[in-house]
Amino acid sequence: MRLFDRKKYTSIKVRKKDLPSGLWVKCPDCNEIVYKHEIDEGKGVCPKCAFHFQISSQERLALLINADTFQEWDADLASADPLQFTGQVSYAAKLVENRKKSALKDAVLCGQGQMGPFTVALGIMNFNFLGGSMGSVVGEKITRLFERALADRLPVIIVCATGGARMYEGLFSLMQMAKTSAAVARHGQAGLPFISVLTHPSTAGVMASFATLGDIIMAEPKALIGFAGPRVIKETTREDIPKGFQRSEFVLKHGLIDMIVQRKDMTSTLICLLGYMTPSAEANAQRPTPNAERPM
Amino acid sequence: MANHSLAFEKPIVELENKLQELRAFSEAQNIDVSAELVELEKKISETKRNIFQNLTPWDEVQLARHPQRPYTLDYVEAMCTDFIELHGDRHYADDQAMVGGFARLDNEPVMILGTQKGRDVKSNVARNFGMAYPEGYRKALRLMKLAAKHACPILTLIDTAGAFPGIGGEERHVAEAIAVNLRELFLLPVPIIVTIIGEGGSGGALGIGVGDRILILEHSYYSVISPEGCAAILWKDRAFASQAATALKLTSKDLFKAGLVDEIVPEPLGGAHTDPKAMAATLKQRLLTNLRELKAVPADVLLRQRYDKFRAMGVFETEAVGG
Repeated sequence: MRLFDRKKYTSIKVRKKDLPSGLWVKCPDCNEIVYKHEIDEGKGVCPKCAFHFQISSQERLALLINADTFQEWDADLASADPLQFTGQVSYAAKLVENRKKSALKDAVLCGQGQMGPFTVALGIMNFNFLGGSMGSVVGEKITRLFERALADRLPVIIVCATGGARMYEGLFSLMQMAKTSAAVARHGQAGLPFISVLTHPSTAGVMASFATLGDIIMAEPKALIGFAGPRVIKETTREDIPKGFQRSEFVLKHGLIDMIVQRKDMTSTLICLLGYMTPSAEANAQRPTPNAERPM
Repeated sequence: MANHSLAFEKPIVELENKLQELRAFSEAQNIDVSAELVELEKKISETKRNIFQNLTPWDEVQLARHPQRPYTLDYVEAMCTDFIELHGDRHYADDQAMVGGFARLDNEPVMILGTQKGRDVKSNVARNFGMAYPEGYRKALRLMKLAAKHACPILTLIDTAGAFPGIGGEERHVAEAIAVNLRELFLLPVPIIVTIIGEGGSGGALGIGVGDRILILEHSYYSVISPEGCAAILWKDRAFASQAATALKLTSKDLFKAGLVDEIVPEPLGGAHTDPKAMAATLKQRLLTNLRELKAVPADVLLRQRYDKFRAMGVFETEAVGG
């Protein structure tokens, strides 16, 4: 559509605030104005271009976990303000604003639930809460998720949506990268599977820690996935950013992820993979142990 | 290279120039000015003390980036003997922004590695201003695994603005290179001592920053984001970097108070660049002391303590559910 961007005739600019709120949405990928109802019907996917919109943690939960089987863990953890951070706006004020806006306590929801036949430890990050950033609470909850999954011998699945480490907690946030990676290491050493699901956007500090340490890494279509932001790269290197740079399709082509999975196929794909990776009793009972069956 | 002074160093530099002039004058004219010289030297150290007692966080950032500050290889040369540099990640390239190799510290074998900045345009092009690519982090991990194989303790020296943000780095997955280092460093059963010697720039620093002891030179900083980056996001203007530096609590003293570093290594008055030899000698002693303590710890205890150390980092509240 870029070819025709130049306007040769007068057009009425439809500003965002002129649209009846909530009825219509502009797709950030194809720029089409689409009827929100249609998006909701399609599990938050743009009907024009299949861009996967961010969805709420509860919607994500409903897609992945069998009804009424989810038990939340560590719901009581809330961010403190260790630096007493004050900038243009204070961290304390930002927290209040984001709690109200998102109805969440922080940027990740953790717990255990049934995914098809498997019990899984699940983390769902939410970009709506301070850009899905990782501070002490997100780091602690993710760490506890892996530790508890290790104790209960559960696979871990984390749905990422993040802009990176949380600036407002300074170096405490950076250290969450080390802390969570340490927990991934222990969980993995016990032979337990970890699947990382990258959604739009998944970038920076979280990508440079647990999000990239999945045994399997899958992404939703067209998600922005990377370490440094395109703007920073352009400013630093003066290089032209290639088309589709840091999108799911680009990172798949460069070998950084295992697969791109449509949202509608996510749960069935995860279940299928867990079948190969989970030493669950009932699953293994059906299957002959390869070593015993193989002729010497 | 020409002497470079920061704005707040100017009064010191002026006095030092005066001292030199006076000395030259006294020698040329054969006049005894020793009393004046003593007076002037006293004034210099007073001025220095005054200035250095009142440094702002932004001043500390400037000192950490001082173009004459000793870099990794300066410390290696000053502290170690028999250094054998090892090259390459065995996959793609030899990233010269990350250097390392076997060396002896007071005869103790160590693997010493760190990020390396350049001193001039040419070396900075080669060293990429001390900002490593994925291959730099992979080379670091290769060397650290090699060290672990031979029960050799690891010393890392950190001085980087961050991992290099470029297209190539993204294509070769710098995020994965750092993440894998974080995970693997928790599994290496040899002592690891990390020292921030200048800039501790975010994930690029942390990529070689997991260890049993975290040391930081007095006038270094360690931060989740550069003050400029933080200012650009929160103030929408990089000119607010000094405010951001204060807000981020990134100085050695702040980090020590927060329990995020174990030890502040004092610098000579005026900063490491004013007396690199003394700085290297102090650091060497601190490293040896820590090394002796850590070598006495059994490997399984070491790994558990390393895990617990980072496990304890973080500040949060526990609220009643629904509250």
